[in-house]
This record gives sequence, C-alpha cells and structure tokens, in this order.
Amino acid sequence: MKTINYVLRFAFYVLLFLAIVWLVTPGVAQEPVTDDEVNDVAKDLYCPVCESTPLDTCPTQACADWRELIRTQLSEGQSKEEIYDYFARQYGDGVLAAPPRRGFNLVLWFFPVAAVLVGGFFFSRFLRNLRATGNSPAAVVVDEPEREAYIDRVEQELQER
Amino acid sequence: MSETIQPAAGASPSRSIQWSTVLLWAALLGLLALLGWGLINTTAARPEAGEAAPAFTMEFFDGYGWEERPAADLADLKGKVVVLNFWAAWCVECRIEADLLEASWRKYRDQGVVFLGIAYADVEPNSLAYLEEFNITYPNAPDLGTTISRKYEITGVPETFFIGKDGHIADVRIGPVNESVLDGNIARLLAEGG
Repeated sequence: MKTINYVLRFAFYVLLFLAIVWLVTPGVAQEPVTDDEVNDVAKDLYCPVCESTPLDTCPTQACADWRELIRTQLSEGQSKEEIYDYFARQYGDGVLAAPPRRGFNLVLWFFPVAAVLVGGFFFSRFLRNLRATGNSPAAVVVDEPEREAYIDRVEQELQER
Repeated sequence: MSETIQPAAGASPSRSIQWSTVLLWAALLGLLALLGWGLINTTAARPEAGEAAPAFTMEFFDGYGWEERPAADLADLKGKVVVLNFWAAWCVECRIEADLLEASWRKYRDQGVVFLGIAYADVEPNSLAYLEEFNITYPNAPDLGTTISRKYEITGVPETFFIGKDGHIADVRIGPVNESVLDGNIARLLAEGG
C-alpha cells in the first residue's frame, strides 16, 4: 500500500512538472498575435502600391501580405525596430513613415534646424547693421526748425484750398 | 536743434564675423545643393524606348539564378536580348501572362534571349510559391530595397522592358504582354546587330 502511495505521489509531481513546463514554453503557451499588435507596427509603414496610405488601413492584397509578414515576425519575437529595419532593407526607406537618420535623410532631419539657426544669425546681423549704419528709425535726424517750417508750409497749402 | 543717434563705437563688422558670414553662406549653399541633389535623384526620369537600360544588380532567389550564379549585373547580359519583367505574387494581372512568359522563355532561351523576373514589393515565400505554381524556370530575383523598380520608374506591375543586345531599351509594355508583343519584339531584337 505504501508503495502505491509513493508511485501516485511521484506521478503527481511528474505531471505537475510537465504542466508547468508546458505553460512556460514559448510557442505553446504564447498568445496569438492580435490585429491590434500588427496594426501598431503597420501604422508606421506605408503601402508600396497606393501612395500615402498607411499599411494598417490599406485594403490591397500587397498590404495584407505585408501585415501577415509582420504578424509572423512579431510571433517570432522580433521588436518593432527589427521589423522596420527589415522592411527598409527589403523594400526601401520609402516604406517608413519616419525616414531613418542616415545618408541623405540626415539633410531632411537637420535642414529645418539649420535653416532656423542660419536665418536667425542673418536676421540678427541685419538688425545690427541697420543700427550701425544709422538707417534704423531711431537714427533719423530730427531737425526742429526744419520740421516747423515744413508744418507751416503744409498748413498754408491746406488753407489755400 | 538736432537729435541724432550715432552708431556705437566699434560696431563695424570685425574680421572674424566676416569669416563666420562666409562660412554660414557656404553651409547654407551646401545644404541647398544637397537638397537639390536629393530632389533630382528622387524625381529621376522614367527610361523610355531608345534610352540605355539603367544598370542594376540582381540577387536571385535560390534555384532561380542565371547560369548557376547567385547574383548578376545587367551588364553581364550585354550582347543578349533581355526581357525584363516586373511582377508580384499579389498582382492579379501578372497571373494572366505568367504561363506565356515561361513558354516564351523555353522557346527562345537557346537563341541568345534571357528572361529576368523581378518580384516587386513582394513577400519572399509568396514569390517562391508563385514561381512554383506557374512552373517558372527563368532567372528571378526580389527587388531588394525597390532599387531596380525605382531605376526603371515602373508605374505598377506587371510591366515589361525589352532590352536589345546593345543594352538599350527597345520597348516598354505596361500591363500583361501577349504572344504577338513578345514574339514581335524578340524577333526584331534578335535580327538587330549589337
């Protein structure tokens, strides 16, 4: 009787161990990738066929194929960045919503900042030169007698009309 | 009575500021030149009949190479008539011409004609399934980075370029090709020197 109890207890622990292993093994216990998870990646990619259409809303077969590819890559445990890198390598940088910061794209990223800095510098130089050369409104010579004579002349002309 | 605001003493531009101005202008012009270069590159003109076919390198799908090579340049095919076909597994119209292209390849392959298939914006397993479905045996490659389709400025798939022995484009067909278009172009290009 004692032996049977030992066997039963041993079998119970073996089964418990197998159940835990089954639950924690990736691919068996893993939940399937949802459409929301796929679309979260797809929204930052663009359709190769129809221009300016994000992949998550594109109805074409090409986009459906790409979304399935994303689903497969997510189920393999790939990160968003790895998936974007793959798509850029395979289909070109044009499919990415945000162009990667390399090569010519660097110009696109930094041109606005550079343009503001350069523009600001030239504007400040312009203002400084304006003051230095005496062309600013504050630098206009105010000659009182001449101004009074001018006002008198204007008033006289108005009265003559 | 006069009130004049005098320029501040020493406000004349110093030599260092002049140099910085020159540098800033140079930087600005450099940025504009880069931007212009990029715009010109992205709006490259579509190659038409009579123009040299843009050069490219293909990395073939496994089992679909040219003369057992895993990769080839278009330049390697100079002296041959090339039928360059852009397609995709998701493209319905490509299926219309798939059998015809394979039959035509088998008909002309020993006469100095090379068919090249370029899978555009396709998922590789789907491309391979498509090639298997239509028993396609001519060289085929993915359009990695869409570099080839951008060089040829294709409008969609299918699209076929007929390239002569001299490496110039002889004809471009948008949409599925038919037998008379294939036979007519290939016969004319085979008859030409080069």
